[in-house]
Amino acid sequence: MSKKRITLSQGGGGEETSSLIKELFFKYFKNETLLKMEDAAVLSLKSDKIAFTTDSFTVSPIFFNGGNIGKLAIAGTINDISMMGAKPLYLTCSFMIEEGFLYEDLERIVKSMSEELKVSGALIVAGDTKVVPKGSVDGLFINTSGIGEVLKDGISAHNLCDTDSIIVSNEVGNHGACILAKREDIELDIKLKSDCATLWPMIEALIEQGVEIKSLRDATRGGLSAVLNEWAETSNVTIEVDEDKIPVADEVKGICEMLGFEPYEFANEGTMILCVPKGEEAKALEVLQRFEKTKKASFIGKVTNRYENRVILNTPWGSSRYLELPKGELLPRIC
Amino acid sequence: MPLDLIESFRNPKHIKALAQEIKKECKSKINIMEVCGGHTHTIMKYGLPQILPDLIEFIHGPGCPVCVMPKERIDHAIALASMDDTILATLGDMIRVPGSKTSLQKLRAEGRDVRSLYSPLDVIKIAKENPDKKVIFFAIGFETTTPMSAVLLEQTIKLGIKNLYFHINHVLVPEPVEAIVSGGDSKIDAFLGPSHVSVITGYGIFEPIVKKYKTPIVVAGFEPVDVMEAVLMTVRQFNENRVEVENQYKRAVSKEGNIKAQNLINRYMCKRDHFRWRGLGDIANSALKLRSEYAEFDAEIVFDEILPKEQIDDHKLCICGDILKGNAKPFDCKVFGKACTPNSPMGSCMVSSEGACAAYYKYGKFIGKGMR
Repeated sequence: MSKKRITLSQGGGGEETSSLIKELFFKYFKNETLLKMEDAAVLSLKSDKIAFTTDSFTVSPIFFNGGNIGKLAIAGTINDISMMGAKPLYLTCSFMIEEGFLYEDLERIVKSMSEELKVSGALIVAGDTKVVPKGSVDGLFINTSGIGEVLKDGISAHNLCDTDSIIVSNEVGNHGACILAKREDIELDIKLKSDCATLWPMIEALIEQGVEIKSLRDATRGGLSAVLNEWAETSNVTIEVDEDKIPVADEVKGICEMLGFEPYEFANEGTMILCVPKGEEAKALEVLQRFEKTKKASFIGKVTNRYENRVILNTPWGSSRYLELPKGELLPRIC
Repeated sequence: MPLDLIESFRNPKHIKALAQEIKKECKSKINIMEVCGGHTHTIMKYGLPQILPDLIEFIHGPGCPVCVMPKERIDHAIALASMDDTILATLGDMIRVPGSKTSLQKLRAEGRDVRSLYSPLDVIKIAKENPDKKVIFFAIGFETTTPMSAVLLEQTIKLGIKNLYFHINHVLVPEPVEAIVSGGDSKIDAFLGPSHVSVITGYGIFEPIVKKYKTPIVVAGFEPVDVMEAVLMTVRQFNENRVEVENQYKRAVSKEGNIKAQNLINRYMCKRDHFRWRGLGDIANSALKLRSEYAEFDAEIVFDEILPKEQIDDHKLCICGDILKGNAKPFDCKVFGKACTPNSPMGSCMVSSEGACAAYYKYGKFIGKGMR
């Protein structure tokens, strides 16, 4: 028997669309607001300070070691809300599905989304489904938007000043290296897993324990390098990090070595950078290291006034260089 | 890749100890040219000039195959990729390098089929999957990548593939090294010999140059410990009045090299009379081409009619030629970092990440020693 596939009629807005929504999306995402099936979700919020964000997910391959496009779409938006010190509450979710997409794959993706939602307790309260003719999208694109209530006010990329401490929550580069290794033109057989994860539980614990967080950002595209450079520019400071303190998995080092990349430029999907005042780093690390996903958290460097808008990487043998924003298409070295 | 092959050659204790030893033993100024772009990359990325004495100065050589490709050869790639029903495949950042009018990357954005490969053998798959198209492999690289092109041709013949053509731009190391050292105006005292090239050729290939020009060559690996150790070996040659080829990269390089790979290259390729190097000009016998018996696979012969013949020089403000000979540093150039950047390179040293100017642009802006 041939496998069930998504058809154009399931995106047409009629009976087939309705049954796809009920049989699949409601089954996994169900909650009171969603099941009302109104044109828009009506929500009441306690706080008057709301964090609101959106992101689209187009990752290829759709399934990778440690996650899939659905898990990424939930964790990504939840993390963006969390990075503002806000508790993620409600999400919307739009699917753009290529005609012929395997139903069982879609179900696997939706199921993993519902599991990832449980980590933060956020709900999907509105959604949309489009099916487009073959070739119009690459399998499946997902957009998620979300809102959260700000619990810890004032976290910002503008806050960095002299003597502040910089912490990274996990090994860097795992997601980027994992995706690169799975690309069909490389096909490296490695055991590396993407770091894809929801970071709200760690942020909540940091807030509850009264850790003073000045800046917080998840190091997605452009990796550690991009976050540090954005912060240095926004706050007009120098950030100095010690290369030997930045955790990098052996497999990531191996891929970088072979293809000529830097782990600091690779994307992460469950790794954040924190800026805390001097003296606060031990407390922050103690909280982070309680969690499996952030147990490799490390204090990597500090903020100085040495130059304006610079990131400096110090080697363990006493030389230094600037860590700059990644540029252009990622291409391998050839010799 | 076992990681101790990386980590133990980046061991901070070893690097510091070597720096101390070099400081202690180095008594006179030594200008060392690292021939290979991979070494330039290592020297700049790991900030080695900052921990070495002022007496050691690195001069960045021509060993970046993308950098030394003259614009007219890139125009060949562009003319070939612009033909109908054609797929052009190449390696590394060749795709980004501008020719006289456009780049392969821009051509791809306009809808032409240009592929950037990780392994040359992938071309076989592309040719088989597209029997109604002409597939052209734009082959670049020094002796390191040449055996792969030879294997590719061997496989093409063996499998009876008729739609795959080769545009060979393989270049050699000893000839440009000799051209630089014999030029008269170079101030090079010693060379760091290339790592991966020597794996294929063997370090013995450099012996005639060392004897003829009385200039030491130390073949070195690519890790910071390798480069530091090779510098120490160079310093000791001067202190002990020796002029030799020495092999620091013993874990991979022998005197004879990879004979099987050398035979494979010789079966399918032979030397060109001349090749024009970007930045260095015409150098006799410094590049390879397909042997005449394989003319039916040679894109330069099959598509000769459409290939542009005009030589194209770099802008007159570009001083890459002087940088490659060791007579100037990237920072001496008026257009460095201004009109000439990795995104819009004007000269050879900026076009690939392994070129001296690109390495200075990426790593060398830190205000410190060796960044003059």
